[in-house]
Amino acid sequence: MAWQWFYRLGSPRWFYEKTNRWIPWLATVTALLLITGAVWALGFAPADAKQGNSYRIIYIHVPASFLALAGYYVMAIAGAIGLIWKMKLADMVMKSAAPIGAALTFMALVTGAVWGKPTWGAWWVWDARITSMLVLFFLYLGVIALQGAYQHQATADKASAILALVGTVNIPIIYKSVDWWYTLHQPATLKLTSASSIHPSMLYPLLLMIVGFYCFYALALMFYTRAEIVQRERRTAWVNELVGAAK
Amino acid sequence: MHPLRKQRLFMVLFIVIFASIAVGLLSFALRENINLFYPPSKIVSGEAPIDKRIRAGGCVLPGSVNRSGDSLDLDFLVTDGRSEVMVRYSGILPDLFAEGEAVVVNGKLDGDGVFQATEVLAKHDETYTPPEVASIMESTTDEQGVEHQKTCEGLDYDS
Repeated sequence: MAWQWFYRLGSPRWFYEKTNRWIPWLATVTALLLITGAVWALGFAPADAKQGNSYRIIYIHVPASFLALAGYYVMAIAGAIGLIWKMKLADMVMKSAAPIGAALTFMALVTGAVWGKPTWGAWWVWDARITSMLVLFFLYLGVIALQGAYQHQATADKASAILALVGTVNIPIIYKSVDWWYTLHQPATLKLTSASSIHPSMLYPLLLMIVGFYCFYALALMFYTRAEIVQRERRTAWVNELVGAAK
Repeated sequence: MHPLRKQRLFMVLFIVIFASIAVGLLSFALRENINLFYPPSKIVSGEAPIDKRIRAGGCVLPGSVNRSGDSLDLDFLVTDGRSEVMVRYSGILPDLFAEGEAVVVNGKLDGDGVFQATEVLAKHDETYTPPEVASIMESTTDEQGVEHQKTCEGLDYDS
Protein backbone atom coordinates (compact mmCIF):
# COMPACT_ATOMS: atom_id res chain seq x y z
CA MET A 1 0.00 0.00 0.00
CA ALA A 2 1.28 3.40 -0.95
CA TRP A 3 -0.26 4.92 2.14
CA GLN A 4 1.55 2.67 4.59
CA TRP A 5 4.41 5.08 5.41
CA PHE A 6 1.82 7.74 6.09
CA TYR A 7 -0.01 5.58 8.63
CA ARG A 8 3.23 4.61 10.31
CA LEU A 9 3.96 8.32 10.74
CA GLY A 10 0.71 8.47 12.69
CA SER A 11 1.98 6.20 15.44
CA PRO A 12 2.81 8.27 18.53
CA ARG A 13 5.13 5.58 19.80
CA TRP A 14 7.10 5.53 16.56
CA PHE A 15 7.43 9.34 16.71
CA TYR A 16 8.49 9.29 20.37
CA GLU A 17 11.23 6.73 19.78
CA LYS A 18 12.50 8.40 16.60
CA THR A 19 12.69 11.85 18.15
CA ASN A 20 14.65 10.40 21.07
CA ARG A 21 17.48 9.96 18.61
CA TRP A 22 16.90 13.16 16.61
CA ILE A 23 16.75 15.61 19.49
CA PRO A 24 20.46 15.64 20.53
CA TRP A 25 21.54 16.28 16.94
CA LEU A 26 18.93 18.90 16.26
CA ALA A 27 19.67 20.66 19.57
CA THR A 28 23.37 20.86 18.72
CA VAL A 29 22.72 22.27 15.25
CA THR A 30 20.19 24.79 16.64
CA ALA A 31 22.56 26.01 19.36
CA LEU A 32 25.44 26.36 16.87
CA LEU A 33 23.33 28.25 14.34
CA LEU A 34 21.76 30.60 16.86
CA ILE A 35 25.00 31.37 18.72
CA THR A 36 27.00 31.93 15.51
CA GLY A 37 24.20 33.95 14.00
CA ALA A 38 23.65 36.12 17.09
CA VAL A 39 27.37 36.83 17.64
CA TRP A 40 27.85 37.63 13.96
CA ALA A 41 24.73 39.77 13.81
CA LEU A 42 25.33 41.74 17.00
CA GLY A 43 29.12 41.90 17.01
CA PHE A 44 30.39 41.82 13.47
CA ALA A 45 27.71 42.86 11.00
CA PRO A 46 28.06 46.55 10.10
CA ALA A 47 25.60 49.18 11.35
CA ASP A 48 23.03 50.47 8.89
CA ALA A 49 23.79 53.76 7.14
CA LYS A 50 20.44 55.32 8.08
CA GLN A 51 19.16 53.44 11.09
CA GLY A 52 22.44 52.87 12.87
CA ASN A 53 22.47 50.00 15.32
CA SER A 54 18.73 49.85 15.87
CA TYR A 55 18.28 47.88 12.63
CA ARG A 56 19.90 44.89 14.36
CA ILE A 57 16.54 43.99 15.78
CA ILE A 58 15.75 42.42 12.38
CA TYR A 59 17.91 39.49 13.46
CA ILE A 60 15.18 38.56 15.93
CA HIS A 61 12.16 40.25 14.36
CA VAL A 62 12.40 38.74 10.88
CA PRO A 63 13.06 35.08 11.88
CA ALA A 64 10.36 35.23 14.57
CA SER A 65 7.83 36.60 12.06
CA PHE A 66 8.81 33.97 9.46
CA LEU A 67 8.23 31.17 11.93
CA ALA A 68 5.03 32.72 13.24
CA LEU A 69 3.61 32.45 9.71
CA ALA A 70 5.20 29.10 8.77
CA GLY A 71 4.17 27.66 12.15
CA TYR A 72 0.58 28.56 11.44
CA TYR A 73 0.64 26.40 8.31
CA VAL A 74 2.17 23.57 10.35
CA MET A 75 -0.71 23.89 12.81
CA ALA A 76 -3.43 24.14 10.14
CA ILE A 77 -2.09 21.28 8.01
CA ALA A 78 -1.74 19.07 11.09
CA GLY A 79 -5.31 20.03 11.98
CA ALA A 80 -6.53 19.10 8.48
CA ILE A 81 -4.75 15.73 8.62
CA GLY A 82 -6.31 15.14 12.04
CA LEU A 83 -9.76 15.97 10.69
CA ILE A 84 -9.51 13.87 7.54
CA TRP A 85 -7.52 10.82 8.64
CA LYS A 86 -8.32 10.97 12.39
CA MET A 87 -4.61 10.66 13.02
CA LYS A 88 -3.78 10.96 16.71
CA LEU A 89 -0.29 12.31 16.18
CA ALA A 90 -1.54 15.09 13.88
CA ASP A 91 -3.94 16.30 16.56
CA MET A 92 -1.12 16.36 19.09
CA VAL A 93 1.14 18.31 16.71
CA MET A 94 -1.65 20.83 16.11
CA LYS A 95 -2.13 21.37 19.83
CA SER A 96 1.63 21.69 20.36
CA ALA A 97 2.12 24.18 17.54
CA ALA A 98 -0.31 26.73 19.03
CA PRO A 99 1.67 27.94 22.09
CA ILE A 100 4.95 28.02 20.13
CA GLY A 101 3.35 30.03 17.36
CA ALA A 102 1.70 32.38 19.82
CA ALA A 103 5.03 33.01 21.54
CA LEU A 104 6.77 33.73 18.23
CA THR A 105 3.99 36.07 17.08
CA PHE A 106 4.18 37.91 20.38
CA MET A 107 7.94 38.18 19.95
CA ALA A 108 7.51 39.61 16.45
CA LEU A 109 4.96 42.16 17.68
CA VAL A 110 7.07 43.28 20.65
CA THR A 111 10.35 43.54 18.73
CA GLY A 112 8.47 45.40 15.99
CA ALA A 113 7.14 47.91 18.52
CA VAL A 114 10.60 48.41 20.01
CA TRP A 115 11.97 48.94 16.53
CA GLY A 116 9.11 51.21 15.48
CA LYS A 117 9.70 53.73 18.24
CA PRO A 118 13.17 54.90 17.10
CA THR A 119 12.65 54.44 13.35
CA TRP A 120 9.03 55.50 12.73
CA GLY A 121 8.45 57.55 15.84
CA ALA A 122 5.57 55.39 17.11
CA TRP A 123 5.27 52.16 19.09
CA TRP A 124 2.14 51.05 17.32
CA VAL A 125 0.32 52.03 14.14
CA TRP A 126 -2.86 50.36 12.93
CA ASP A 127 -1.56 49.59 9.47
CA ALA A 128 -2.51 46.45 7.54
CA ARG A 129 0.64 44.47 8.32
CA ILE A 130 0.66 45.10 12.04
CA THR A 131 -3.08 44.64 12.48
CA SER A 132 -3.14 41.36 10.54
CA MET A 133 -0.23 40.16 12.66
CA LEU A 134 -2.26 40.96 15.78
CA VAL A 135 -5.14 38.92 14.30
CA LEU A 136 -2.70 36.03 13.88
CA PHE A 137 -1.81 36.30 17.56
CA PHE A 138 -5.51 36.12 18.49
CA LEU A 139 -5.99 33.10 16.19
CA TYR A 140 -3.24 31.26 18.04
CA LEU A 141 -4.80 32.24 21.36
CA GLY A 142 -8.17 31.04 20.03
CA VAL A 143 -6.76 27.59 19.25
CA ILE A 144 -5.20 27.42 22.73
CA ALA A 145 -8.50 28.49 24.31
CA LEU A 146 -10.56 25.97 22.29
CA GLN A 147 -8.19 23.20 23.32
CA GLY A 148 -9.04 23.95 26.92
CA ALA A 149 -12.75 24.57 26.42
CA TYR A 150 -14.03 21.00 25.96
CA GLN A 151 -14.29 17.99 28.23
CA HIS A 152 -13.52 15.60 25.41
CA GLN A 153 -10.18 15.86 23.66
CA ALA A 154 -11.66 14.68 20.34
CA THR A 155 -14.19 17.54 20.32
CA ALA A 156 -11.49 20.04 21.27
CA ASP A 157 -9.25 18.81 18.45
CA LYS A 158 -12.05 19.06 15.90
CA ALA A 159 -13.07 22.58 16.97
CA SER A 160 -9.55 23.95 17.05
CA ALA A 161 -8.66 22.32 13.71
CA ILE A 162 -11.60 24.11 12.07
CA LEU A 163 -10.55 27.43 13.61
CA ALA A 164 -6.97 26.84 12.46
CA LEU A 165 -8.18 26.09 8.91
CA VAL A 166 -10.38 29.18 8.70
CA GLY A 167 -7.47 31.25 10.01
CA THR A 168 -5.15 30.20 7.16
CA VAL A 169 -6.81 32.95 5.12
CA ASN A 170 -4.89 35.43 7.23
CA ILE A 171 -1.42 34.15 6.29
CA PRO A 172 -1.28 35.36 2.66
CA ILE A 173 -2.92 38.60 3.83
CA ILE A 174 -0.12 39.22 6.32
CA TYR A 175 2.48 38.29 3.74
CA LYS A 176 1.11 40.48 0.94
CA SER A 177 -0.34 43.32 3.08
CA VAL A 178 2.64 45.59 2.44
CA ASP A 179 2.15 45.26 -1.32
CA TRP A 180 -1.64 45.41 -1.48
CA TRP A 181 -2.21 48.47 0.71
CA TYR A 182 -0.40 51.62 1.74
CA THR A 183 1.26 50.69 5.01
CA LEU A 184 3.86 52.22 7.28
CA HIS A 185 5.63 48.88 7.44
CA GLN A 186 8.27 48.61 4.73
CA PRO A 187 7.92 45.96 1.97
CA ALA A 188 9.82 42.69 2.09
CA THR A 189 13.63 42.89 2.06
CA LEU A 190 14.25 39.21 1.34
CA LYS A 191 12.79 38.28 -2.01
CA LEU A 192 12.57 34.89 -3.61
CA THR A 193 12.51 36.02 -7.21
CA SER A 194 14.88 39.00 -7.27
CA ALA A 195 17.96 40.24 -5.42
CA SER A 196 17.43 41.07 -1.76
CA SER A 197 17.77 44.74 -0.85
CA ILE A 198 20.18 44.09 1.97
CA HIS A 199 23.96 44.16 1.82
CA PRO A 200 25.53 40.63 1.88
CA SER A 201 27.50 41.45 5.05
CA MET A 202 24.18 41.92 6.83
CA LEU A 203 22.32 39.21 4.94
CA TYR A 204 24.43 36.17 5.88
CA PRO A 205 23.93 36.45 9.66
CA LEU A 206 20.23 37.02 9.00
CA LEU A 207 20.00 33.81 6.96
CA LEU A 208 21.84 31.94 9.74
CA MET A 209 19.34 33.25 12.26
CA ILE A 210 16.39 32.26 10.06
CA VAL A 211 17.67 28.70 9.60
CA GLY A 212 18.46 28.62 13.33
CA PHE A 213 14.90 29.67 14.16
CA TYR A 214 13.51 26.98 11.86
CA CYS A 215 15.58 24.36 13.70
CA PHE A 216 14.54 25.83 17.04
CA TYR A 217 10.91 25.64 15.97
CA ALA A 218 11.25 21.97 14.99
CA LEU A 219 12.94 21.25 18.30
CA ALA A 220 10.31 23.05 20.37
CA LEU A 221 7.54 21.30 18.43
CA MET A 222 9.14 17.91 19.15
CA PHE A 223 9.38 18.64 22.87
CA TYR A 224 5.79 19.85 23.13
CA THR A 225 4.48 16.93 21.05
CA ARG A 226 6.42 14.38 23.13
CA ALA A 227 4.94 15.80 26.31
CA GLU A 228 1.49 15.62 24.70
CA ILE A 229 2.10 11.99 23.62
CA VAL A 230 3.00 10.92 27.13
CA GLN A 231 -0.05 12.76 28.48
CA ARG A 232 -2.56 11.30 26.01
CA GLU A 233 -1.10 7.79 25.75
CA ARG A 234 -0.68 7.41 29.50
CA ARG A 235 -2.87 4.29 29.57
CA THR A 236 -0.78 2.38 27.02
CA ALA A 237 1.70 -0.25 28.04
CA TRP A 238 4.72 1.37 26.40
CA VAL A 239 4.23 4.71 28.18
CA ASN A 240 3.80 2.95 31.51
CA GLU A 241 6.98 1.04 30.83
CA LEU A 242 8.74 4.28 29.91
CA VAL A 243 7.59 6.08 33.02
CA GLY A 244 8.34 3.02 35.14
CA ALA A 245 11.88 2.88 33.78
CA ALA A 246 12.41 6.57 34.55
CA LYS A 247 11.41 6.15 38.20
CA MET B 1 -8.89 6.83 -0.58
CA HIS B 2 -11.65 5.74 1.74
CA PRO B 3 -14.94 7.47 0.76
CA LEU B 4 -15.45 8.81 4.29
CA ARG B 5 -11.96 10.37 4.27
CA LYS B 6 -12.57 11.76 0.83
CA GLN B 7 -15.74 13.38 2.10
CA ARG B 8 -13.88 14.91 5.04
CA LEU B 9 -11.12 16.10 2.69
CA PHE B 10 -13.73 17.95 0.61
CA MET B 11 -15.15 19.42 3.80
CA VAL B 12 -11.71 20.78 4.75
CA LEU B 13 -11.18 22.21 1.27
CA PHE B 14 -14.65 23.75 1.39
CA ILE B 15 -13.86 25.51 4.69
CA VAL B 16 -10.57 26.91 3.41
CA ILE B 17 -11.83 27.99 0.01
CA PHE B 18 -15.02 29.62 1.21
CA ALA B 19 -13.30 31.37 4.10
CA SER B 20 -10.79 32.74 1.56
CA ILE B 21 -13.54 33.95 -0.76
CA ALA B 22 -15.43 35.60 2.12
CA VAL B 23 -12.36 37.39 3.44
CA GLY B 24 -11.27 38.27 -0.08
CA LEU B 25 -14.59 39.96 -0.85
CA LEU B 26 -14.57 41.69 2.53
CA SER B 27 -11.12 43.17 2.11
CA PHE B 28 -11.88 44.11 -1.50
CA ALA B 29 -14.95 46.03 -0.33
CA LEU B 30 -13.01 47.71 2.47
CA ARG B 31 -9.81 48.27 0.53
CA GLU B 32 -9.99 52.07 0.80
CA ASN B 33 -10.28 51.84 4.58
CA ILE B 34 -7.43 49.36 4.94
CA ASN B 35 -5.00 51.80 3.35
CA LEU B 36 -3.13 53.55 6.11
CA PHE B 37 -2.75 56.85 4.26
CA TYR B 38 -3.73 58.91 1.23
CA PRO B 39 -1.05 59.61 -1.37
CA PRO B 40 -0.72 63.29 -2.42
CA SER B 41 -2.31 62.71 -5.83
CA LYS B 42 -5.55 61.54 -4.18
CA ILE B 43 -5.53 64.56 -1.85
CA VAL B 44 -5.03 66.97 -4.73
CA SER B 45 -7.76 65.32 -6.79
CA GLY B 46 -10.15 65.86 -3.89
CA GLU B 47 -10.65 62.24 -2.83
CA ALA B 48 -9.53 62.89 0.73
CA PRO B 49 -12.07 64.42 3.17
CA ILE B 50 -11.41 67.94 4.42
CA ASP B 51 -11.19 68.73 8.14
CA LYS B 52 -11.31 65.10 9.18
CA ARG B 53 -8.47 63.21 10.82
CA ILE B 54 -6.66 61.37 8.04
CA ARG B 55 -3.17 60.27 7.22
CA ALA B 56 -1.15 61.31 4.21
CA GLY B 57 2.02 59.67 3.03
CA GLY B 58 4.71 60.14 0.46
CA CYS B 59 8.25 61.23 -0.09
CA VAL B 60 9.62 64.46 1.40
CA LEU B 61 10.54 66.54 -1.66
CA PRO B 62 14.26 67.41 -1.47
CA GLY B 63 14.82 71.11 -0.86
CA SER B 64 11.28 71.73 0.32
CA VAL B 65 11.84 71.47 4.09
CA ASN B 66 11.42 74.89 5.59
CA ARG B 67 12.24 75.20 9.29
CA SER B 68 11.41 78.25 11.32
CA GLY B 69 14.41 79.68 13.16
CA ASP B 70 12.91 80.21 16.60
CA SER B 71 10.40 77.37 17.06
CA LEU B 72 9.77 73.75 16.15
CA ASP B 73 7.47 74.78 13.31
CA LEU B 74 8.30 73.50 9.88
CA ASP B 75 6.69 72.85 6.55
CA PHE B 76 7.60 70.61 3.67
CA LEU B 77 6.17 69.17 0.47
CA VAL B 78 5.18 65.54 0.21
CA THR B 79 5.13 63.98 -3.24
CA ASP B 80 4.20 60.69 -4.86
CA GLY B 81 5.77 61.60 -8.18
CA ARG B 82 2.57 63.08 -9.59
CA SER B 83 1.29 65.64 -7.10
CA GLU B 84 2.57 67.53 -4.10
CA VAL B 85 0.93 68.47 -0.83
CA MET B 86 2.18 71.06 1.63
CA VAL B 87 2.47 69.73 5.20
CA ARG B 88 2.76 71.96 8.29
CA TYR B 89 3.96 70.51 11.53
CA SER B 90 5.15 71.68 14.90
CA GLY B 91 7.01 69.23 17.08
CA ILE B 92 9.84 66.77 17.29
CA LEU B 93 10.63 64.75 14.19
CA PRO B 94 11.70 61.10 14.21
CA ASP B 95 15.42 60.47 13.65
CA LEU B 96 14.91 59.04 10.20
CA PHE B 97 13.03 62.06 8.88
CA ALA B 98 15.04 63.41 5.95
CA GLU B 99 14.63 64.89 2.51
CA GLY B 100 14.14 62.17 -0.06
CA GLU B 101 12.75 59.79 2.59
CA ALA B 102 9.20 58.58 2.95
CA VAL B 103 6.92 59.84 5.71
CA VAL B 104 3.39 59.26 6.95
CA VAL B 105 1.74 62.28 8.55
CA ASN B 106 -1.30 62.25 10.76
CA GLY B 107 -3.58 65.27 10.88
CA LYS B 108 -6.25 67.25 9.06
CA LEU B 109 -6.46 68.73 5.62
CA ASP B 110 -7.56 72.37 5.77
CA GLY B 111 -9.61 74.25 3.16
CA ASP B 112 -6.52 75.64 1.44
CA GLY B 113 -5.19 72.18 0.67
CA VAL B 114 -2.52 72.40 3.36
CA PHE B 115 -2.11 69.36 5.58
CA GLN B 116 -1.93 70.38 9.25
CA ALA B 117 -0.02 67.49 10.81
CA THR B 118 -0.13 66.53 14.46
CA GLU B 119 2.22 63.58 14.08
CA VAL B 120 5.01 62.76 11.65
CA LEU B 121 6.14 59.16 11.24
CA ALA B 122 9.18 58.16 9.21
CA LYS B 123 8.54 55.30 6.79
CA HIS B 124 11.89 53.70 6.30
CA ASP B 125 12.54 51.60 3.21
CA GLU B 126 13.46 47.94 2.96
CA THR B 127 17.13 48.46 2.07
CA TYR B 128 19.95 47.94 4.52
CA THR B 129 23.47 49.09 3.68
CA PRO B 130 26.59 49.60 5.79
CA PRO B 131 27.67 53.30 6.08
CA GLU B 132 30.90 52.72 4.10
CA VAL B 133 29.00 51.25 1.16
CA ALA B 134 26.44 54.05 1.29
CA SER B 135 29.16 56.73 1.26
CA ILE B 136 31.01 55.02 -1.62
CA MET B 137 27.80 55.04 -3.63
CA GLU B 138 27.45 58.76 -2.96
CA SER B 139 31.07 59.67 -3.76
CA THR B 140 31.14 57.80 -7.09
CA THR B 141 28.26 59.86 -8.37
CA ASP B 142 30.17 62.95 -7.27
CA GLU B 143 33.27 61.89 -9.20
CA GLN B 144 31.28 61.64 -12.37
CA GLY B 145 30.54 65.31 -12.02
CA VAL B 146 26.95 64.76 -11.06
CA GLU B 147 25.87 66.82 -8.12
CA HIS B 148 24.62 64.41 -5.52
CA GLN B 149 21.16 65.15 -4.36
CA LYS B 150 18.67 62.96 -2.62
CA THR B 151 15.72 62.22 -4.83
CA CYS B 152 12.27 60.82 -4.53
CA GLU B 153 12.79 58.59 -7.53
CA GLY B 154 12.24 54.88 -7.22
CA LEU B 155 9.60 55.26 -4.54
CA ASP B 156 6.55 53.48 -5.78
CA TYR B 157 3.25 54.42 -4.22
CA ASP B 158 1.12 53.35 -7.10
CA SER B 159 -0.28 50.08 -5.85
